[in-house]
Amino acid sequence: MSQLPGLLKGLKVTFKTMIKTLFPGGLLKPIPKPSEGALTVQYPHVKEAPPPRARGVIALHEGNCTACMLCARECPDWCIYIEGHKELAPPRREGGKPRQVNALDRFDIDYSLCMFCGICVEVCPFDALFWTPEYEFSELKLADLLHDKERLGEWMETVPDFEEYEDGSEQKVRKVPPT
Amino acid sequence: MIDLLALSPAWWQETFLIKVPIGLLAVLLPAGTIVYLYLFKAISFMQSRLGPMEAGPYGSLQLLAEVGKWIQKEDIFPSKADKFVFAAAPFVVLMSTFLLVVIIPAGPDALFVDLDAGIYFAMAVSSVSVIGILMAGWSSANKYSLLGGIRAAGQLIAYELPLILAVVGVVIQAGTMNMQGIVLAQAEGEIFGWGGIGNPFILTQFIGFVIFMIAVQAELTQAPFDMPVAESELVTGYLTEYSGIRFLLFFIGEFASAGVFSAIAAVLFFGGWYVPGIDPASQIFNVIGPLILAGKMMIIAFLIFWFRFTFPRFREDQLQRLAWKFLIPLSLANIALTGVLKVAA
Repeated sequence: MSQLPGLLKGLKVTFKTMIKTLFPGGLLKPIPKPSEGALTVQYPHVKEAPPPRARGVIALHEGNCTACMLCARECPDWCIYIEGHKELAPPRREGGKPRQVNALDRFDIDYSLCMFCGICVEVCPFDALFWTPEYEFSELKLADLLHDKERLGEWMETVPDFEEYEDGSEQKVRKVPPT
Repeated sequence: MIDLLALSPAWWQETFLIKVPIGLLAVLLPAGTIVYLYLFKAISFMQSRLGPMEAGPYGSLQLLAEVGKWIQKEDIFPSKADKFVFAAAPFVVLMSTFLLVVIIPAGPDALFVDLDAGIYFAMAVSSVSVIGILMAGWSSANKYSLLGGIRAAGQLIAYELPLILAVVGVVIQAGTMNMQGIVLAQAEGEIFGWGGIGNPFILTQFIGFVIFMIAVQAELTQAPFDMPVAESELVTGYLTEYSGIRFLLFFIGEFASAGVFSAIAAVLFFGGWYVPGIDPASQIFNVIGPLILAGKMMIIAFLIFWFRFTFPRFREDQLQRLAWKFLIPLSLANIALTGVLKVAA
């Protein structure tokens, strides 16, 4: 039975793990407290904070959006619905021509279709879309998972602040506009 | 105990009002406790996780929730399944478990039947569950179930022999096959002339105990011998087509059998309902005996689940080799040694 030492070692490992989980204070204080010793995070009583760059939900900064439709086009799932119209904005200087701008009417993201790939955020040339680490937005009705422009604007409050890059990396311009 | 209360119930009252409910409780209560305490909790702690915590305080009502869930499921029959055999299989397995409870003594008078061939009856009846498993595997009309059933047949038949031979050593030492007699032989025995703690057969029959536990692990198709129910390979083996109450019956049967075999091991090797210090003939054992037996049973059942979680699965040929080439010669040697020492001493 040359495998016997290995078998006994395996038994010792499992037993030790059980004791460590049951008595996290060590065997000197034999009070069983498995909720501290186990590695389980008991959601929803205890919530683990996701890292700031975690991809939870996508927020829209309406001021930057020009309804260029790039995000809607690049979305693999076609879950972004954009409607806009052209307006004439007053000229910038005296005696100038009124210029044409895009005005955003409708910007909806259907989170029942969204696969959280982030292509829309990457592709937006005007930095109007941002990731936030918020993940608790389940709804009772499927239709409520279509977030409209106002709701997407509300998510902007949860977008985390700009994180400092590590030493030696290429410094970039601050991306999140101050609210 | 009945004499204590100065009752003299009629035969049918004693059977149906006292023995049958206690028998049901003796099977279901250990099954439930073992499932919760060991399957849900102890194995979770061995994996550094918590197990069920939501249903009831610390997840104690999880078993109730599971039972409710299984009961309300749809009863699915494969269309090509052999209806009668498919339906009867869980009952055959459960029946053998219930029959095993009948001969376990829980006190000097607290037992169901005092059979002179107690342990022989137990071994014979435990083999009936093999038929139930084969029935389940064959009647499911599913090649995975069939494979699981055939693996089960090979495994269970192979491990019947070490199970029985390990017990023979105890029988030789006790001199009787009567379970109550085995307990009394341990209670009144002496180790080299000192009768302080009686003579628990674990001391002299340690090899027998190890063989018995390995064989029990295989008889219950618990890992590392769970080829018939090899989850990642055969879906659930012979249990694949069972759902709802039928699956629940198999589930209860599996864990009730674990409890019952642990109780048998407690009686054979650890002295059953006896604790040293009290006269074995005293009436107090009728009250605390069941509790003592339950305690010993839980400790031995822990061993079963500890091995279940620790070791990876045996391959079918490794399993057979272990039984035929290692355990059976070892148990035969154990019997020879026990016989020689019994006659010489």
